[in-house]
Amino acid sequence: MEMTLRKITEILDAQVLTGSDLLDKISVERAGAADLMSDVLAYSHAGALLLTGLANAQSLHTADMAELKAIVYVRGKQPNEETIRLAASRLIPLLKTELGMFESCGRLHRAGLMDNGKSAGPHE
Amino acid sequence: MENPPGRMNEPATGSLLEQSYKIEGGNFVAAGNAATKLKDLLKEIKIPADVIRRAAICSFEAEMNVVMYARRGLMKLNVFPAWIVLQVDDEGPGIPDIEMAMQEGYSTATEAMREYGFGAGMGLPNMKKNSDRLEIQSVIGQGTHLRISISLK
Repeated sequence: MEMTLRKITEILDAQVLTGSDLLDKISVERAGAADLMSDVLAYSHAGALLLTGLANAQSLHTADMAELKAIVYVRGKQPNEETIRLAASRLIPLLKTELGMFESCGRLHRAGLMDNGKSAGPHE
Repeated sequence: MENPPGRMNEPATGSLLEQSYKIEGGNFVAAGNAATKLKDLLKEIKIPADVIRRAAICSFEAEMNVVMYARRGLMKLNVFPAWIVLQVDDEGPGIPDIEMAMQEGYSTATEAMREYGFGAGMGLPNMKKNSDRLEIQSVIGQGTHLRISISLK
């Protein structure tokens, strides 16, 4: 089920770090969760949401290169100002939730988001 | 599928566009900048979105490998009528066993590298998966040369 970032923000009690003007404009159908960026690059679909506990600039570059629409940082992880600025310039909204990875994924899955999984990766 | 144009270590005859990006080994702050610029350029010249995504993923993985393992590197993009060719040349330790490095999960990364979300042994397999041809030459103690070709057809 397609879901706006605003809806996702509500479901996860998330804070919007950047991209608040895009919350109603961007929707996702799929989400993937990983702390290993190579796995994200290997197994994600373009247009998905990324949930991660890795809050450095590489998470943003990964989302950008893999054409992921937005990032949710879980467990209260906080990217630095430079990463937030870069995300704003690349039009990639960043959300932050105090929830853990399992709870975050569980809530989104229950609400209808699909897995952005290995089985459906490109060129497989 | 036809062969990509040119060969490793030869001038890119017939290339419509050439652009090079420097990569600094060990600089994790700048890591990703070369791939981002390359992606933006491909977008600007209206390369199809799926090809851009594959080229962006290959270039980012290659850039991270240089940042993690090498002293410095140069990434060169050549756009041909039917192909995109990325070449990455680094001065670094080289890859002792390319066959092993091509296996998913095989990694020589340190814990520090893994903290950046890389070094899970997926880099070269990812490049292979997202390209139509991946060629690797490596000399121990000197460096590694990658040639990644993606068909535009």
